[in-house]
Amino acid sequence: MTLGTRAGLEMGAATRDAFGRALQEIGSSNKDVVVVDGDVANSTRAEWFGKDNPDRFFNVGIAESNLIGVAAGLAACGKVPVAASFAAFLLCNAYDQIRMSIAFPKMNVKLVGSHAGISIGEDGPSQMGIEDVALACALPGTVVMVPADEHSARKATQQMVEHVGPTYLRVGRSGVPVIYDENADFKIGKANTLRDGSDVTLVANGLMVSAALDAAEILAGEGITARVLDMHTVKPVDEAALRAAAVDTKGIVVAEEHLHHGGLGSVVAMTVARTNPCRMDFVDLGDQFAKSGDGDALLEEFGLTGEKIAEKARAIAKG
Amino acid sequence: MTGTQGAPDFDQLAGLAKSLRKDVLIMTSEAGSGHPTSSMSAVEVMTALYFGGIMRYDASNPQKRDRDRFILSKGHAAPILYAVLAEAGYIQKDQLNTLRRIDSPLEGHPNMLRVPGVEASTGSLGQGLSMGLGHALNAKLDGLDYNVYVMMGDGEVQQGQVWEAAMAAANFGASNLIAIVDQNGYQQTAPVTSVTDPNTYAEKFRAFGWNTVDIDGHDLHATHKALVDATNYSSGPSAIIARTKKGKGVSFLEEDFTWHGRGVPKDQLDAALEELG
Repeated sequence: MTLGTRAGLEMGAATRDAFGRALQEIGSSNKDVVVVDGDVANSTRAEWFGKDNPDRFFNVGIAESNLIGVAAGLAACGKVPVAASFAAFLLCNAYDQIRMSIAFPKMNVKLVGSHAGISIGEDGPSQMGIEDVALACALPGTVVMVPADEHSARKATQQMVEHVGPTYLRVGRSGVPVIYDENADFKIGKANTLRDGSDVTLVANGLMVSAALDAAEILAGEGITARVLDMHTVKPVDEAALRAAAVDTKGIVVAEEHLHHGGLGSVVAMTVARTNPCRMDFVDLGDQFAKSGDGDALLEEFGLTGEKIAEKARAIAKG
Repeated sequence: MTGTQGAPDFDQLAGLAKSLRKDVLIMTSEAGSGHPTSSMSAVEVMTALYFGGIMRYDASNPQKRDRDRFILSKGHAAPILYAVLAEAGYIQKDQLNTLRRIDSPLEGHPNMLRVPGVEASTGSLGQGLSMGLGHALNAKLDGLDYNVYVMMGDGEVQQGQVWEAAMAAANFGASNLIAIVDQNGYQQTAPVTSVTDPNTYAEKFRAFGWNTVDIDGHDLHATHKALVDATNYSSGPSAIIARTKKGKGVSFLEEDFTWHGRGVPKDQLDAALEELG
């Protein structure tokens, strides 16, 4: 992966691996945690929990609707079910079940969607969750998290279990650059400022945080200082950080590995539009499906790069 | 385990069934909408379940961990659930006539956050059996001995999720899960037979690994026996196909699916109540 190289970041583990390890750790002490799987636990890494706790691990088969209902029933009994599958299958296949069996009755279910984004590569569009954040954000009362690296994914997993109420955690398949150390500061709803700057603000989550740091490095070489916010929580979004960015800098570029409509970009735009309208631009997948191919090459082809973020930020900073 | 606590007084149950049917008619008439006919078909099953000594519950402690659970997956039959919950002491009887009002917790479809004794928020068909399976699996995790009863409609089982849950429940050996299909013969716009053949449901559940029985769902003796047997069955989940009539008890409502979402107009209510006796 070329992401993060300009910013001098080292490659690390995939966020799904970090989720799997964290879940395994949490499972050994918190006996209320159960996992409901749709026969993809080796992919989501929920299998590590399952091997340690076979009695608290339920593979309901390739049946996401039922997966969600079973998780809801267990939650109604006081358990803390982690319902993990591919982001595309979980959110898209079982959306009405998530809406009615989990969100509406406020069930304490932890939805985890792996294989999010186009960086999964060769398996192609059917497996790529690219609308999951929009769908999750549309569920009333649901926390939506998109961690950027292994350390923040571990913290996100811990906070997800501690939080009472429905949550959605998005994790990716491929290794991503390491941004934080093991003590990563991670608080639901609180953006992390990774770099300060006064010309423009780059807001990103997931693997696009590394791209944003690359962009900041490129811009710095041109004398443009960029503030970089890791907006790991899309909902509830850190409104204060966004308002400050809108006031302190000339505008905001939002970068995400997601469709244009309804993701982080929409949330940021709605937030600043209310009190502090500013110049904005967006780096995302636009309004299209991707295709099969090498993950890095796909990111490049679909413009999910530091260069693209820098290009849009430059226009704002100079405008 | 056994859910039986001796033979019930069937005359008393019959009287109760009649009174619950009247509650349904009155509250939906008052509300001006709702699903009286889908509720009336389910009356005997729910009467036997709640008042025939099958289900163990404590209305003063609705969240008691080892309570038996009832999930109304066919959530549009909310009126009969509310009538039963009032009779069982979870809610006040005088609340029934607030059905569907903006200031009432008795919403058009059951909301578990607002009404004690409602175990699941339903209304989008096909989801209750999965939730019931979650409750059933929890019993084993917590070392508790309780049963979960899930009532579905015969149109509802057209939902694929029902069969996902059926497959999984058999695989998990969830013998504390009992599905009841209220086979009243009609869905919203047509007889069920015009879409799927409900007479094959018992066979289908059997093929999915379930213990099944097909009964007259308005015969309290048969209904009670089927519930006792299903509760006592310990080798896997059980399904009771209860053959019923939509709108049972009132001739002008029976098997006329155009009444599906309508309350009986006030000028016809007395005639309907009179027919029930």
